[in-house]
Amino acid sequence: MKLASMKTTTALALVLAALPATGAIGQEIRMLVGDTGTGGTLFEEMAATFEEEHPGVDVVIEEVSYQTIVESLPVQLQAGEGPDIAIITDLGGLSPFYEDITDYVDADYFEQEWGQTLQWLRGGDTESSAIYGMPTTLTVNGAYVNLTLFEQAGVEVPEEGATWQEWAEATRQVAEATGTDFPMEMDRSGHRFASLAISYGAELVDEEGNPVVDDGLRAAIEQFVEWHENGTMPMDLWGAVGGSTHRELFSDFLNANVVLYFGGSWTLAQMDTEVGDLFDWAVVPAPCGPSSCTVMPGGGAMVGFSHTDHPELVGELINFFAQPENLDFYISQEVEIPSAASQIENGVDYPSASENTQDALAVFSAQIPKMADAAYRFQGWRYQRAMMNSLTTRISQVLNNELSVDAALERIEQDVNLAIEAAQTNS
Amino acid sequence: MSAKSQVAHAAGQVAMFPARAVEPLMSGLQRVLGIKRMPWVFLIPNLTAVVLFALLPVFINVFYSVSGSDRLFPWDRPFIGGANYQTLFDCTNYLDPATCSRDLFWRALGNTMVFVPVQVTVMITIALLTAVCLNREIRGRGFFRGIFFFPVMLSPVVVALTWQWILQRNGALNGLLSATGLPTLNWLVFPNTAFFWSVFVTVWAHMGFYTIILLAGLQSIPRDVYEAARMDSATPWRSFTRITLPLLKPVLLVVFILAVIRSVQTFDELYVLTGGGPGSATMLMVQYIYEVGFAAQPRNFGLAAAASLLLGLALLVFTAIQMRISRGGNND
Repeated sequence: MKLASMKTTTALALVLAALPATGAIGQEIRMLVGDTGTGGTLFEEMAATFEEEHPGVDVVIEEVSYQTIVESLPVQLQAGEGPDIAIITDLGGLSPFYEDITDYVDADYFEQEWGQTLQWLRGGDTESSAIYGMPTTLTVNGAYVNLTLFEQAGVEVPEEGATWQEWAEATRQVAEATGTDFPMEMDRSGHRFASLAISYGAELVDEEGNPVVDDGLRAAIEQFVEWHENGTMPMDLWGAVGGSTHRELFSDFLNANVVLYFGGSWTLAQMDTEVGDLFDWAVVPAPCGPSSCTVMPGGGAMVGFSHTDHPELVGELINFFAQPENLDFYISQEVEIPSAASQIENGVDYPSASENTQDALAVFSAQIPKMADAAYRFQGWRYQRAMMNSLTTRISQVLNNELSVDAALERIEQDVNLAIEAAQTNS
Repeated sequence: MSAKSQVAHAAGQVAMFPARAVEPLMSGLQRVLGIKRMPWVFLIPNLTAVVLFALLPVFINVFYSVSGSDRLFPWDRPFIGGANYQTLFDCTNYLDPATCSRDLFWRALGNTMVFVPVQVTVMITIALLTAVCLNREIRGRGFFRGIFFFPVMLSPVVVALTWQWILQRNGALNGLLSATGLPTLNWLVFPNTAFFWSVFVTVWAHMGFYTIILLAGLQSIPRDVYEAARMDSATPWRSFTRITLPLLKPVLLVVFILAVIRSVQTFDELYVLTGGGPGSATMLMVQYIYEVGFAAQPRNFGLAAAASLLLGLALLVFTAIQMRISRGGNND
């Protein structure tokens, strides 16, 4: 009996001794970052300061492949698991999982810096004013042009305001004169095609969040098919690949096999390291369609997730990363296009980037104010990926004579409606 | 008792310890259940594994196929009956995918129905010929066996990327053709050539596995049967058709079933090599299921589950037919 009571006393003492220690373990915030660019390095550096200011808080930065963020993270979130914070690119698609951090951040500052892009995180809910995170960087679709080939061909580089057709004509002349394989190429991506489509007047999604298949989209598809038929664009990307598979052949531009390549700002670093001064190149202002001179915006955002046990801390950490000194540090080191209004207005110094890259960044940044409303709306739409997947799949079928343009338009509308219907079957 | 036998005795005691430890439990169980039910007690561990890892996933799949929404957990998904199957079978004319609500399902099904017989026939024919060659007394036989088996050890993604570099517009094959003055072709851009290379690459990647199985089958055929045939002046072709093929039939049947199942499951190589293109020329059923269930946003798990169950059902029927034929063959 005496022995038993001694054991109980000892156990109680151990439990009581452990209690304060448990409190001192503090809170852990897990943040998932893709391995593109500098990965998690810069965030680790900044998070160290946050940890100093918040004793007992441990910020764990996990660097994973970009594919993990695109494919595995949504499944983890569906299961109510995953990190507290992540940097994601499917801004509207993951909106059901975000934590509203309005109460924990300087909301006025967030609205002032990211007013329009915050809407992308609201999944098309136009009435919401919730703040779910901080847009980290912007990416901008755009055209890379081989200036050396233009010079060799003696063809004038089209000025700002030139139409897609004028670019097609000019690049055809250059390709013919210089024996280059192809005049133009575009990533096989619904996002890239949306740039062309919106400049041709396509709405893609209306203000109520309904898919729109209109004459603008028809005109863009017809133009795109014509370029493939007359050899302006090779079949290798959009013609040869099926389904929703993303494919790019930027190596064609790096190897001077194409005069104009329509990709995006994320390949700038590659241009510096792989092309250097082998040939002259430039990023040109958005080619114009009959409707506007616009390209699609894109980018990443740092968001908190609703399953977190520490919503306040998540909000505070995002607010910390959003401070001007941290933003400037991140954008300049990462060599990315800023998304914050003050940075876009005042510009950012990129000490490590070449002159060519700095010029290209300036051109990309200059496209941001010119982007059509439809482009912003499409970027924040919850069903954007359903539309983009359908665009790539169906346009490839048109290029291979499996569908007519009319049938493809019908299928695109049907595909997106079926996706919305499947997602909304809750009763 | 010698030291050696003492050690053996001790080892026996140690080995018997677990049996002795559970003996009272087993005796108790036997008293309660009776000796006739005791085999079930011993089967429970294995049955649990089969139920957890084979049957339960099938039941979950069935439930997903009759439930809707993009929710992950079964209890969050509303029951919608046969709506997913109805969507898949919503066609005006089953022979024309363009008239179907889910046209890509029917295109993928059509492609699979062409791909599987062609790929399996080519694969088994070449694997058999290779096995026959490797069964002969040729110089460097071990080296060649290794060479033919090597692609089996490669990751499917590596296989696909390697062949993509070979077949692309500025790839190795066109470089070789160009250097020898022959015309080049953009191999993966045309539906027919893309389909041809899809078959070729998958045969190249998996043939070694079947070659090894067939080789083992060939080596189990007694030599004296061939010697007796030679003494009777049988030609090599007659020996092959009258001795080799009949005696190899059981192994060939196993190879055939395995090859068909693997062929229907083809996904990774083609997804990387062609992405199912050009258009939808090389999109097979598993890619369709992947696209609908995982690449799509929102993910349509229900439709993907319905399509995979239909595929599973088709494979089940096929395997049953094969087993029946196999039994018939053995009875002969």
